[in-house]
Amino acid sequence: MSKSIDQIFVSAKHWLLSWLAGSPDWLIQIASSLVNIFALLAVFLTLFALMSVLERKILGRIQNRYGPNRVGPFGLFQPVADGIKMLIKEDIVPARADKSVHFLAPILIAAAAILALGVIPYGRNMTPFGIDGGILFFFAVGSTTELAVFMAGWGSNNKFSMLGAMRAIAQMFSYELPLFVTVLPIVMVVGSLSPDRIVAAQAEYTYGLVPRWFVFTPWGAAAFILFFVAGLAESNRTPFDVPEGESEIVAGHMTEYSGFKYATFFMAEYIGMFAISGLGLTLFLGGWHAPARVLEFLPSYLWFFGKLSVLLMVYVWVRGTLPRTRIDQIMNLAWKFMVPMAFTCVIAAAVWHYAGRGLRGWLWSLIVIASVYTLLSIVLDTRRKFAPRVYRFAE
Amino acid sequence: MNTGAFIAIAIVTLSAAMAAATLRKLMHAALSFALAIVGLAAFFFLVGAEFVGLALVFIYIGAVAVLIVFTILLTRRDVEKDHGFKWGGVVIAAAVFAGLTWSILKTQSTAIVAPQIRALTVKQIGQALMTTYVWPMQCVGLLLTAALIGALLLVIEEKP
Repeated sequence: MSKSIDQIFVSAKHWLLSWLAGSPDWLIQIASSLVNIFALLAVFLTLFALMSVLERKILGRIQNRYGPNRVGPFGLFQPVADGIKMLIKEDIVPARADKSVHFLAPILIAAAAILALGVIPYGRNMTPFGIDGGILFFFAVGSTTELAVFMAGWGSNNKFSMLGAMRAIAQMFSYELPLFVTVLPIVMVVGSLSPDRIVAAQAEYTYGLVPRWFVFTPWGAAAFILFFVAGLAESNRTPFDVPEGESEIVAGHMTEYSGFKYATFFMAEYIGMFAISGLGLTLFLGGWHAPARVLEFLPSYLWFFGKLSVLLMVYVWVRGTLPRTRIDQIMNLAWKFMVPMAFTCVIAAAVWHYAGRGLRGWLWSLIVIASVYTLLSIVLDTRRKFAPRVYRFAE
Repeated sequence: MNTGAFIAIAIVTLSAAMAAATLRKLMHAALSFALAIVGLAAFFFLVGAEFVGLALVFIYIGAVAVLIVFTILLTRRDVEKDHGFKWGGVVIAAAVFAGLTWSILKTQSTAIVAPQIRALTVKQIGQALMTTYVWPMQCVGLLLTAALIGALLLVIEEKP
């Protein structure tokens, strides 16, 4: 019974495709892809709408106010009102803008974000686009975002847009390196770039109790924290939201976008956030596996989306808690701390592997991580004496 | 199906490459170049070499194309200017084309039937890189590190 509920979406897809039985192979292939794409978009656009209202409500709670509470019960229909507003707003294109580039940028950015969702396993047998190099696909698609952001900044022909795009690209480039390197230990230990294999490697339980998720090893825990912070920066969320820092450069590369194009940017940002959290929990938090054997009767996709909502909640919590950092602090963090720590995780994972993947390996990798962390924190200690602030580019 | 996909991808790739060569605005040309790279990656996907296709997107779109657009942004002031038609370029392009055609025709590889090989997995590529080609790869790594340090030296600020 629980098995049929677990596979309910897979069997629904088979039932849909059975209507096409007997038609040529390529038609079935295309139909199968279309079903996957439709399901993915339906789920994640709904999640986007839900997230936009929940984020505002939770932020409101954190700041001791109500948040949206007028449209529908508890303000739940707020995204509908927002959507209608965005759709019927006037779409303004600056007269001196590079029209085609200005038009294409939001499309490209949303397409990249949605494509990245395709390789994540959402449940047992529920990977929309299961290719061998899924992890690489995720990052290859993600790297096109930088070009799209540049197109938005350039196409707008506006100095705030260009400045915002430059900031965004510098930040995304810097954090892409630690993001990618923190994934390497997982790929090394599992020996595969396919998300399905990575999830399968986290299936068992040590002593029948603790799930064998990678976050429960010292290198995995360190890599997960680094991955999460780098993910925050990649999706331009607080405290790394200087690219759009509205108090300095209006809204960065989105300054000259209005109406539905602005909504597309907004959507791409959220979908990118879903994608990066989805990948993070696939890599470190056991994907769709249940945290204990007794809880395995619940369907796998419920576990995936449960974990996803917890991660998204943390995103909102961080946004409500931390102030925006300066761009030089962001760069320093990326290059001086996150990159060395990410490489340390790779070494610690190797130590763990060669020490037998048991308790001994656990302790040895903990020693590696802890010693490098201590060393870095001594080297990077900036608690110097207070001194007048020096302005380098202004008098 | 494969032939249809091949023709579609070929049309996109070729027209993007043509656009990259002929468009007046430099920025548009650079973006068309990026599109042509996507087309090439699609070809690799079509023949089952996912890893090469993904690496192509990763390196050429994520790094090289961004580098090109930044170079245009930071160095050229006449991005929008029409530079007119140059006969020198035509001569060079024709010479390169003739040289390539000549060398391709000379190799006789067109007459040889491609041997049936199994699709390479990422694992095999990794093993080859870490065993047979480990020294060339280390050299590339050293070169890239040197380039990184060189870039740092260029932008490092001198103490007043």
